[in-house]
Amino acid sequence: MFLSRQLARRAYLRAPRRWSHSPAAALSGLNAVTEEDLAHFSKILPSSAIISTLSPSATPSSELEPFNNDWMNKYHGKSTTVLKPRTTQEVSEIVKWCNQRRIGIVPQGGNTGLVGGSVPVRDELILSLANMSKIRSFDDVSGILVADAGCILQSLSDFLVPHNHIVPLDLGAKGRQHFNNSCQIGGNVSTNAGGLRLLRYGSLHGTVLGLEVVLPDGTILDQLTSLRKDNTGYDLKQLFIGAEGTLGVVTGVSILAAPAPQASNNVMLALPKFENVLPLFKETKRQLSEILSAFEFMDRTVYDLAVKHGQGRALDPADVEGAECFVLVETSGGKREHDEEKLNSLLESLMEADEPLINTGVLATSPAQFSALWAIREGLTEAVSKEGKAYKYDISVPLHKFKEVVDKTREQLRQKGLLHDDAVRHVVGYGHVGDGNLHLNVVAAAYTPEIEAALEPFVYELVASYKGSISAEHGIGVMKTHALQYSKSPTSIEWMKRIKALFDPNGIMNPGKVLP
Amino acid sequence: MRPSAVRLLNILVPVKRTVDYAVKIRVNPDQKGVDLNVKHSMNPFDEIAVEEAVRLREKLKDEVKSIKVVTIGPPKAAETLRTALAIGADSGIHIEIPESAPAPEPLGVAKALRAIIEREKDGVDLVIMGKQAIDDDAGQTGQMLAGLMDWAQATFASKLVVDPKSKEAEVTREVDGGLQELKCRLPLVVTTDLRLNEPRYASLPNIMKAKKKPIQKITPADLGVDLKPILETIKVTEPPKRVGGGKVENVDQLIAKLKEAGITPVKS
Repeated sequence: MFLSRQLARRAYLRAPRRWSHSPAAALSGLNAVTEEDLAHFSKILPSSAIISTLSPSATPSSELEPFNNDWMNKYHGKSTTVLKPRTTQEVSEIVKWCNQRRIGIVPQGGNTGLVGGSVPVRDELILSLANMSKIRSFDDVSGILVADAGCILQSLSDFLVPHNHIVPLDLGAKGRQHFNNSCQIGGNVSTNAGGLRLLRYGSLHGTVLGLEVVLPDGTILDQLTSLRKDNTGYDLKQLFIGAEGTLGVVTGVSILAAPAPQASNNVMLALPKFENVLPLFKETKRQLSEILSAFEFMDRTVYDLAVKHGQGRALDPADVEGAECFVLVETSGGKREHDEEKLNSLLESLMEADEPLINTGVLATSPAQFSALWAIREGLTEAVSKEGKAYKYDISVPLHKFKEVVDKTREQLRQKGLLHDDAVRHVVGYGHVGDGNLHLNVVAAAYTPEIEAALEPFVYELVASYKGSISAEHGIGVMKTHALQYSKSPTSIEWMKRIKALFDPNGIMNPGKVLP
Repeated sequence: MRPSAVRLLNILVPVKRTVDYAVKIRVNPDQKGVDLNVKHSMNPFDEIAVEEAVRLREKLKDEVKSIKVVTIGPPKAAETLRTALAIGADSGIHIEIPESAPAPEPLGVAKALRAIIEREKDGVDLVIMGKQAIDDDAGQTGQMLAGLMDWAQATFASKLVVDPKSKEAEVTREVDGGLQELKCRLPLVVTTDLRLNEPRYASLPNIMKAKKKPIQKITPADLGVDLKPILETIKVTEPPKRVGGGKVENVDQLIAKLKEAGITPVKS
């Protein structure tokens, strides 16, 4: 209690007045869960599916901690009750009751989000989908997989292995297994998760073919089609992809699995200057075409941090000399010889050009080297957090602005006198060039109001000036509602609010999230 | 012949193309072998051998006159030679056998290597090779070659120091009880252990250069050796599947289970 009050006060002190808002305002008309509500829920659910500090179950609050706090331990809710329904029907009855009683609901999957979207702002009811974990069907001709929302991403991947298919979504291909092992497909859809396969397989807006959603009044919207093509009016399911649970509870997902690639290769390239990244990307796309599956950028500073903190095995010092940035290219395809030939001729043409775009590079010659090269890219997040306290911005900007964003942010901090060892140590950039998604990280000695004031709204305004997005793949959650205005026009926000009011007039679904 | 106090070193590194160590091995239904239609790469111990040869050159500079790599295998084994050339070997010899030919055995390989060494005009002073290949795990070829040549051998090397002037090498070996240091006279066969070094990445410029390095292709017949296996594989099976454990409620149950499994207490 004391801690959260202190946090709230600090947040108030830091936030410039013009965006001052309180997610708690969204909860003003909502009621807390009472013992009577619990009595009603126990008619719907077995006692094992109810975790509550209220009597009669009176579970110690420690058991609710994993649900009330996010995995980074940054956001803290105070919910008294977690319900774990097993069927869509049970979800429907719970939601219906909550709507009548005006009880806020936070739908929760694996709780691996980065923006606090899956933990309660106050004491909302937590609706965990964890017990809805059945695979409903798989068609190995069309590749269409239908599953309960609570299916863990990794278990879906494992299920598809013998069928020679993969889920078209991968959040932690080689290093961040944490995400894959706990995040759930329903949460992935609700947050429109991006990840490493997006370049190849596209976003969930394309690969999700249908959804089953429990609407805020308890109605079950069954759009669980398994059709590739269906041009019959408004495509309602799209509204729930990325809605972060503010419009309803996703209970079932129909998703198009992709044929499993038979061969993968990767190569780390050292570039003399940033200006070469885009021509390189163009040339790589032209030559590798359908086998290109990742094109990841990292600047020299963040590469050096990764090496310093022992992420993966570095290139030889001689190869790194004079490199301003690095690019990791991955191919995956159906036939090894074909892919290797393409990759080799690309590398040959790059090395033998009159004005080479690259200094040098290394080509993985074994699966161990393949993983070692990925480990560098995947280890950047960890390297950054070992170096200091990181302010992380996950933004979309035009590709040619990647460096400019990093440089301007560094310059802004320099002008404010904050670029020194005791304040900001590094400003680094890395990300998915293929998707226009830059991770801008500011590594500081400590989180301070001065640094935050120098960065925000500076970064958001900078992003807005390029017509970029302030949240490329992490979502809005509770963390960025105040910044939504930098990516969405007042008209857009107005219509988003109208859509919210249309689906959820009582405002019970994930209150305080997404909308300012 | 120019008068020279030091004879320059000629190094030979035999390498083998094997199923990559990260690949999950599947036994063929006929139980005579494993599925070979998977990712192959250079036997990791051989990679260490190539790296060690290249490091010797980096240390001894011009005193290392040549680093030759040699492989026996189907046409695709040439890729393995290219990898070795990209790490820094000078030239390759490919003793080519048909795709369908059975895998050569250690004695056949050792005889082929002897024939290669005898063909070399400048001779060979040092053979560095993997202590074993990870596909058959025989671990015999190096010793057989030293025996056939009547050369010194130092197996399981974790450190190698060569002095071309005195024509001697100091080799640290990993043995059960710890480390053993040997002083050997050249010519010498060294087999590598895992801790000898960590092979470098082949950089792109070196991969490009490797494409232009010469690879000589010959057949076992050219060498007058017969690689036909003399051993017969009777059966290949997977190790027994691990059976999942169970939980017991209390100590008594645990003791009962242990007794069931035939474990009896030690009498004090």
